[in-house]
Amino acid sequence: MGGVGKYIIQRVLLTIPMVFVLLTAVFLMLRLMPGDPVLAMLGGRNVSPQLIEERRKEWGLDKPLHIQYLNYLAQVVRLDFGKSSRTGKPVTQELFTRLPATLELSVWGMFFAALFGITTGIWAAVRADKTADHVIRVFHIGSFAIPIFWLGLMLQMIFAVQLGWLPVAKRVTGIYAYTFRPITRFYLLDAIILRDGKLLLDVLKHLILPAVTLGIALTGFLGRMTRAAMLEVLDADYITTARSKGLKERIVILKHALRNALIPIVTVMGLQFAILMGGAVLTETVFSWPGVGGFLVRSLDARDWNAIQGTIVFIGIFIATINLIVDILYSIIDPRVRY
Amino acid sequence: MRVSQILFAPIFRALRPVRRQRLLQVGLAIVIAHILMAIICGPTGNKEDPYGLTRLIPPYNPEKTYREFPRLAPPSAQHWMGTDHLQRDVFSRVISGGWAPIVVAFSSIAISLTIGSIIGWISGFAGGLLDRVLSLTMDAIYSFPSMILAIALVAVMQPGLVPMITAIAVVYIPTYFRVTRAEVLQIREQTFVEAARSVGASWWRILLRHIAPNTVNAIMAVSSFNIADAILTEAAMSFLGYGLPPPAPDWGFDIQNGQRFLQSGYWWLITFPGLMILSLSLGFGLIGEGISDLVNPKRRRKKMA
Repeated sequence: MGGVGKYIIQRVLLTIPMVFVLLTAVFLMLRLMPGDPVLAMLGGRNVSPQLIEERRKEWGLDKPLHIQYLNYLAQVVRLDFGKSSRTGKPVTQELFTRLPATLELSVWGMFFAALFGITTGIWAAVRADKTADHVIRVFHIGSFAIPIFWLGLMLQMIFAVQLGWLPVAKRVTGIYAYTFRPITRFYLLDAIILRDGKLLLDVLKHLILPAVTLGIALTGFLGRMTRAAMLEVLDADYITTARSKGLKERIVILKHALRNALIPIVTVMGLQFAILMGGAVLTETVFSWPGVGGFLVRSLDARDWNAIQGTIVFIGIFIATINLIVDILYSIIDPRVRY
Repeated sequence: MRVSQILFAPIFRALRPVRRQRLLQVGLAIVIAHILMAIICGPTGNKEDPYGLTRLIPPYNPEKTYREFPRLAPPSAQHWMGTDHLQRDVFSRVISGGWAPIVVAFSSIAISLTIGSIIGWISGFAGGLLDRVLSLTMDAIYSFPSMILAIALVAVMQPGLVPMITAIAVVYIPTYFRVTRAEVLQIREQTFVEAARSVGASWWRILLRHIAPNTVNAIMAVSSFNIADAILTEAAMSFLGYGLPPPAPDWGFDIQNGQRFLQSGYWWLITFPGLMILSLSLGFGLIGEGISDLVNPKRRRKKMA
């Protein structure tokens, strides 16, 4: 157990400079990009010089760069990014009320990605170099190549507009907006806590399309990983042993091979979180999902400087934390990592 | 016959590895078709006929509202992909809209490939504190979702072609840094480098003549996947309204326009531009896959008991 403790401390200490460097890089990029952010925020031409000066002062962009940097770090440490000029509320509060929506979407997105990715990956590995393998391989590459916002729109068009099976957008049907008081803001959990079957069904229906969209976009990564890991494992001697014992092929594949192939797959799943967040931004926009990503896009549209900077820093810290947790969990599951 | 064989022999030799690579062939065919289409149907700078090398293709001016056209008409013999809310021909817009993603993806990846690889070579070769600082910085940026970073950067600049290229280029530098650095670390320890060093070759000669060329394979495979990714990022930027200014045909932006009419069932507005983005990106993905197979043949084969 001492080993785990030491590893955790080491890993946490490594994360701190990483986050610091990321924050500095984000700061420099947002400031040093060609073009004037204030001008861009105000929509370019025909802006009075006074207004530009005013905005500069308001956002603290009139001060020298190093002072701006120190102010920025102070903001980050206190997790206080000022007020959003669009909603008038503190940016941090906006982010924390929206985080559960993004997490709920991401977790279910990951679920569908695992479902599609692992099953197709196993299938491809078992039928390696046969037609099924080639078809699945192209499908996996296609899943990298599909524009996620377009996939979302197509699914919306087919399953919500044409067939009418599922709702088009949002997290719940409008009528609940007045009666439903979220507790945890994880709506599925809330519905279970409230023991409201109708609400649960409604929330589930709203969740399916965005989660499947996100899931399909990530299927390729997991599918290829599964195929490679399974191929590796299927070559092992204990698989031959299992087969020669006369076990059914299904049991050999699912019990003997898959279990061992799962170790690398699970790690990759944790590290896919950054890509998942990138996809979530567009998915949330398409499905009017009230999460962090949708908030960022609307802040960008509204030229809401505090909100933009705050959201980007928030996402950065969030991803660093997730990576840290995944690493630590993995070190507990697989002791070899620690050395 | 003979003469042509001799003349074209180098080309055939260069193409020999391509012959057995089905994925690479299909990918190349798709990408070449897209590039030809972008050249034939792209902007010309000619005021009279702003798009397309000939008058026939694209059939109509993709930017122009034609009074006589129906509004939001479904695909027909006259308008193969229907018309949009501004009475423009969707087919003309779709075939003329490919040049922006292609130009943006190629130029941005060219920039990040150059900068990223040079920093990666130097960092991996030099080692020490410089390498540590650079690696930490690049890893930090790499861990951040590239799509989000690129969109935020382009939004902070003005929308348009150059900002899109800049934003995507910046975001992919760490990818090339990591790939080349990892390769350099391996190659640096090999005997031929030691041999070069022992005969007194200068450090930049070792880096440029012995190490750098050996990282090219890895860079090639990564760049095709990256171009595929950059095309999606460009499409996303233009979908969110940070792409080319309005009347210009740009697939992502056309999809955003079509989104408003989705609930009314006007499927042709988003379906066709999306298929174009998908096929272009898929083409590069297949090329990347093919190159990976070529470079690393072990990945391909698989014997089963």
